[in-house]
Amino acid sequence: MPDRAECAVLAGVVVRIGYRRYRLKDFWQRRQMLWAAAIQTPAEHERKLRVTVSTIHEHTKTETLADGPETDLHPSQLEDIVQLISPEGVRTESPGFDPWVADVTDDQLVDLYQDMVVIRRIDTEAIALQRQGELALWAPLLGQEAAQIGSGRALRKDDFVFSSYRDNGVAYTRGVDFGDMLKVWRGIASAGWDPYAINMATPAVIIGAQTLHATGYALGCTYDGVDSVAISYFGDGATSQGDVNEAMVFASSFQAPVIFFCQNNQWAISEPVRLQAHRHISDRAPGFGIPSIRVDGNDVLAVMAATRIALDRARRGGGPTFIEAVTYRMGPHTTSDDPKRYRPAGDLEEWGRKDPISRLGRLLESRGALSDEVAKRVQEKADAVAREMRAACIALDKELDPMMLFDGVYEEPHSGLERQKSQYAAYLASFEGGTA
Amino acid sequence: MTQMTLGGAINSGLRRALADDDKVVLLGEDIGKLGGVFRVTDKLQEEFGPRRVMDSPLAEAGIIGTAVGLAFRGYRPVCEIQFDGFIYPGFDQIVAQVAKLHYRTRGKVKMPITIRVPFGGGIGAVEHHSESPEAYFAHTAGLRVVSCSNPQDAHTMIRQAIACDDPVLFFEPKRRYWLKGEVSEDLGADTLPMGSARVVTEGTDVTLAAYGPLVPTAMDAAAAAADDGISVEVIDLRSLSPIDFSTVEKSVRKTGRLIVTHEAAQSGGIGAEVAAAVTERCFDWLEAAPARVTGFDTPYPPAALEEAFLPDLDRLLDAVDRVMGRRNSLTGWKATA
Repeated sequence: MPDRAECAVLAGVVVRIGYRRYRLKDFWQRRQMLWAAAIQTPAEHERKLRVTVSTIHEHTKTETLADGPETDLHPSQLEDIVQLISPEGVRTESPGFDPWVADVTDDQLVDLYQDMVVIRRIDTEAIALQRQGELALWAPLLGQEAAQIGSGRALRKDDFVFSSYRDNGVAYTRGVDFGDMLKVWRGIASAGWDPYAINMATPAVIIGAQTLHATGYALGCTYDGVDSVAISYFGDGATSQGDVNEAMVFASSFQAPVIFFCQNNQWAISEPVRLQAHRHISDRAPGFGIPSIRVDGNDVLAVMAATRIALDRARRGGGPTFIEAVTYRMGPHTTSDDPKRYRPAGDLEEWGRKDPISRLGRLLESRGALSDEVAKRVQEKADAVAREMRAACIALDKELDPMMLFDGVYEEPHSGLERQKSQYAAYLASFEGGTA
Repeated sequence: MTQMTLGGAINSGLRRALADDDKVVLLGEDIGKLGGVFRVTDKLQEEFGPRRVMDSPLAEAGIIGTAVGLAFRGYRPVCEIQFDGFIYPGFDQIVAQVAKLHYRTRGKVKMPITIRVPFGGGIGAVEHHSESPEAYFAHTAGLRVVSCSNPQDAHTMIRQAIACDDPVLFFEPKRRYWLKGEVSEDLGADTLPMGSARVVTEGTDVTLAAYGPLVPTAMDAAAAAADDGISVEVIDLRSLSPIDFSTVEKSVRKTGRLIVTHEAAQSGGIGAEVAAAVTERCFDWLEAAPARVTGFDTPYPPAALEEAFLPDLDRLLDAVDRVMGRRNSLTGWKATA
């Protein structure tokens, strides 16, 4: 497999000595060819690649990036990123990645388009529900639709998702019940759904903790002799956590069939990604022996291709893959956040031009696949989902039986807790109208 | 019945658990080829292979978090934390994930994870190798916390812990690893449940509750007190979450006096919990205020000071004098040679 180390070193050289953009393009084309080669003959290619990487290291060992002059080129401006649909809606060629989505028909593209429209609608409706006091909190996913749909729709039912709390779009692809999805946000449960019903763990709130769970689950899949894959979703901020780094160590050492899917949405609440990573986040994985792909996270097709490559590697026993989906959190961290305090002017405008839905819309229009009728159907579907979700939300009873406090702490009886429970029941019963 | 050391009895318990259930997997640092730094997992990798007995990368959060994922997939991981003081990097995964996942998912996801922790001092070790962190975990809802004090319990309880569908912190008294005793691997229906305390020495004047490494010390204290004509009942608590207060309560209603002892620091410890619960339940039976004999509220000291730190026979006897209303160190009594 092409190794990020190679790319990182090359990128380092380019940044440091100030090559012009055409050099970057050369580099990118070369990388795509490497990928193409890898897809065809992985074993042989890996052997070749080792030679290439060691040669590159040899060549540049005295000139590291840290020693080089400062550059004003922001990492996100580098072009070593997989993109199959440009922001203008033009399908661009990529020899390494095209084969992985060659089967995607226009009708299926419309489905992906509809999925993205639907989860944006879910997001909008949830924010409205929060503003109306029906939800206590919501973590908007606006802007990250392609990253979540492109990856989520690449998965099989028997794959298992370990996500963070902003991944409600992924939950949608798993077929989550809307009421279940909202329970946490309505404050009536610590987790909404049965993980085994949709093969998706309920979101981890502790940042990055779920990456280890995915790794352990993946290990279990290999022990069971199945080719299911575990995928963990996390953000750019999480990559600073020890758990995420430990997960990569474990996944690499045990060659666990796990995908590390990082949605780099540029922000960890108010902290910009450069505080977490001085270089591309995807540059980290090769240090752990994990190949990584940096993909345009607002390009649903590119995300799907990258995820399919990672899934295929994992299923064939190739071990973990790291995907950095470069995207942008267009909304606040949560409904309690005020991004005006930290977001630079112009960001929304710049990233709005790269919007995942409108770019796919333009592509479909150019192919005549998004007729008024289809657009209307998509919008009706989104509105229907929103209505269904709102009804499910309102139907969730906020009045809980206080004795539910004690439910599910242990699987087997715990004498200490049983005593507290019976004493509290007696206390409740002591009120007028209480039942003993 | 076979003569075994306490460490050997855990080893035989692990072997049985591995043989009985394919879903049992062991992971930890140096547990494979080396057999663990205390050899508790000796030869298990040879017997069951590197998938069942995994040497893990050197990362405690990684060990626990990976175990969580394995448990999600239906496995029963048994994690070894090499030394008590190394558990803290894994603390978040233990208290935020292992302990809460069952509650979070209302029982949909079970966490039958056993976390083995050699704990306690008395082996002349360097910093971080002699701690007693059990109270942190006994304070955490969702976890069970147990500690064994003899070879038979070591064998029985590790098997019970692994079979338990809840997560169990299994504290092994490392300075007693070489304590020998007869062990039966035949666990009959009358086997004491994991959450139950046991009266190990019967007595009528004082109840002395201990667990883990201090149980033998407490039994010595009972023998020495008997020479003075004081009858001490020693209870091996065995389980610290839950604590079997019915056994303790029954004893204190008989003796009217309570001493609790542990190596861990005093404040906010297991002793405080036992003293408070006994006071709540047995106030009218108490002849004296409950006494605690514990490590001090200091970090674990360097080896040359650990004898002063650790509760020993004399400190226990001094407490016996205290609860018996006899002259003791707090009333100005001085020992004479």
